[in-house]
Amino acid sequence: MRKYVYLTRKIEFAASHVYHNPAFSADENRRVFGKCNNPNGHGHNYTLEVTVKGEVDGQTGFVLDLKDLKEILNREVMDVFDHRHLNKEVPEFATEIPTTENIAISIWNRVAPKLNDGTHMHRVRVYETPDLFVDYYGEP
Amino acid sequence: MFSASHRLHNDRFSDGDNRELYGKCNNPHGHGHNYTVEVTVSGQVDRATGMVCNLVDLDACVHRAVLDRYDHQNLNCLPEFKDKVPTTENLCVHVFEILQREMGSAHLQNTSLSKAKLERIKFDETMMNSFEYSGGAEPRR
Repeated sequence: MRKYVYLTRKIEFAASHVYHNPAFSADENRRVFGKCNNPNGHGHNYTLEVTVKGEVDGQTGFVLDLKDLKEILNREVMDVFDHRHLNKEVPEFATEIPTTENIAISIWNRVAPKLNDGTHMHRVRVYETPDLFVDYYGEP
Repeated sequence: MFSASHRLHNDRFSDGDNRELYGKCNNPHGHGHNYTVEVTVSGQVDRATGMVCNLVDLDACVHRAVLDRYDHQNLNCLPEFKDKVPTTENLCVHVFEILQREMGSAHLQNTSLSKAKLERIKFDETMMNSFEYSGGAEPRR
């Protein structure tokens, strides 16, 4: 049995967004999304927790070098999402609604392929507010 | 929580390799953390007490086996880290194994801990970095 240790790195980014589906009528959008449908947008301080799993290297004592993970998160998350309008500036949200669910999936898709061999993404958790978060564990 | 110092260094690497790999954590004088430990146990709710286990028993076990052992210590000076780098990954695995042994030991068989199973150890090394180990099992979601 492999003995995996799970490592979680937490970062924060600030972004604005609008919930709107162009396939719905204006009334339907207001009914489904409520205040989140404000066409001028609104914002959050998002907290992201990325959890990776791996075996502890017998030489280094590490699951992975945290410096590498920090660089990946800076490049794939902070540079892309921080202080941005998600609908207008993040390519996948030109056609997807930037709900917290879709943000979690987007971050997984950006970060997971960048991890070194031997480490695997376990979970992406995105807090939209301190009392509301989404967990994504990847495709089964 | 316990406060301890450590230095990340492997004698099998050159000084240059140690500095490159461990960065500031390779400072020869060491550095410290306030480690926060979360111990997760599972079990059936006892019908008489309404508890999985008595938290007084769990606290006493964790104090004795973990906090008394590591608080205000230099981890590099402890026997378990004589040949192992005291990364939080290694600390996490070691504490899980210590507690698993403690909870299974005979002198605790008449306490409420005998009914509980150790599920997970989680360490917060800093506000941004945490580590968890569930004995090789997939962590419960």
